[in-house]
Amino acid sequence: MSAPTIPASAMVDIKSVYKSFGSLEVLKGVDLAVRTGEVAVILGPSGSGKSTLLRTINHLEKVDRGRIRVDGSLIGYRRSGDRLRELPEREILKQRTRIGFVFQNFNLFPHLTVLDNIVEAPVSALKRPRKDAVETARGLLDRVGLADKADAYPKQLSGGQQQRVAIARALALEPRLLLFDEPTSALDPELVGEVLDVIKDLAHRGTTMIVVTHEIGFAREVADTVVFMDDGRVVEQGAPGDVLDRPRHERTRTFLSKVL
Amino acid sequence: MSSDTLTKAAAAAPEDPDEATPLRIVPQRRPGQWTAAAVVLALLGLGLNSVVRNDAFQWGVVGDYFTSASVLRGLWLTLWLTAVVTALGFALGTLLAAFRLSANPVLRAVSWGYVWLFRSMPILVQLLFWFNIGALYPQILGVKTVNLLGPVTVAVLGLTLHEAAYAAEVVRGGILSVDRGQIEAAQALGLSRRRRWWKIVLPQAMRSIVPPAGNMLIGTLKGTSIVSVIAVQDLLYSAQLVYHRTYQVMPLLMVATLWYVIVTSVLGVGQHYVEKHYARGSERGR
Repeated sequence: MSAPTIPASAMVDIKSVYKSFGSLEVLKGVDLAVRTGEVAVILGPSGSGKSTLLRTINHLEKVDRGRIRVDGSLIGYRRSGDRLRELPEREILKQRTRIGFVFQNFNLFPHLTVLDNIVEAPVSALKRPRKDAVETARGLLDRVGLADKADAYPKQLSGGQQQRVAIARALALEPRLLLFDEPTSALDPELVGEVLDVIKDLAHRGTTMIVVTHEIGFAREVADTVVFMDDGRVVEQGAPGDVLDRPRHERTRTFLSKVL
Repeated sequence: MSSDTLTKAAAAAPEDPDEATPLRIVPQRRPGQWTAAAVVLALLGLGLNSVVRNDAFQWGVVGDYFTSASVLRGLWLTLWLTAVVTALGFALGTLLAAFRLSANPVLRAVSWGYVWLFRSMPILVQLLFWFNIGALYPQILGVKTVNLLGPVTVAVLGLTLHEAAYAAEVVRGGILSVDRGQIEAAQALGLSRRRRWWKIVLPQAMRSIVPPAGNMLIGTLKGTSIVSVIAVQDLLYSAQLVYHRTYQVMPLLMVATLWYVIVTSVLGVGQHYVEKHYARGSERGR
């Protein structure tokens, strides 16, 4: 199998990205391409850098070296000659509104109702009229099966319900790309299914997504491409049948034998 | 022993006396609790009795002065001075807290230095310092310092600078209590810095800010009595002016004390409702 070439329709294009926290090098030259409409699942042991990589894609973490393009535009920087200059905050925020991010711990705003959690960004960041935003929000809540929870506060919901609200909140900005950072890791086992069902539904609608997860079954069922990361590098990438059933690298094999 | 034997043993005793009638549960006796309560109540009664029956308190005089014009004027000054100092102190304190938490090392250092300096200086020293600042700067912007800084202005200035140092720490603690993930979520949603601060961080920080701020408000209310040293006529100083004339020291101190107790109680009730407001959405808030 040849190295993945970058087609014209690449939604995400990551080129030799490096990132250190102090003396700890977390990303050691990552290359990754995800096509429009594709679902990429990133697997890997803890500390392999997969969450950090995901967070660089919407500039929650700044890269030390390399560059990331989403839908053609350079994330967090603009090129001037041979330099990448960091964009002003306003521009970065605008880029983020096109990239939905779902956190492991949901990070819903506890002092706002479910509806206000979803309406906040469209109204304040995209300047949508509140009435339209509320209408959209109710539609999204219906889609994730929580139409009756609009006026509840997050703490009154189960973990699975909170994560579904968080997904609706990310969708409210109509992002071109959705990033999921271990969306089911903080959930009780019996609640994992309801969240994965919502994500599967999005996948079937052709949303471009990158999902960091430990759910191998989900990867097998939904992923168009599976990326295995270890020690700050992409070890291998390919169709789920290849990476999960016929891994070419010893490290992938070792990891899969432990989690399967 | 296998679980099998256990089951058999249980089955072999069908006439367990525990199963015959429903058994009433009797809590542990606590005679010590009753004794302690009785002793404390008796002591309280003795104390109260001595206060009510001791004519030297002159409760009649207390009644005469309780709503006298000069005492009410003093009370009014105490109230507005507390309100102004708390409002300005927290405004400046919030700014200092924002400085302290900013990425700018100069702002961080300035904020740290301010809090260090004004928490180190006794408020009494500070009031006297500002009251006598004319010795250092006889004129400020061409105006005589004495005219610019009257006693009331000095009181507001000194108390506010003092209050701000403490308020900065209270606000900073509140902001630090907000989960880092909240800010990241707001950033990921593209919310502006201003919006993140006012809509996401501060309302959540208020839950941790309100209880110590309530404490400070009550402390400030009583603490304003210190302005009597620069002859500002607050509640206490108004009472003192009366007893310097009439020598009825105790009754006039009682007048001031009762007013402080009343206002403090009202503030306590108000704090309860403010806390309830900011607890919305939390497990304990409903």
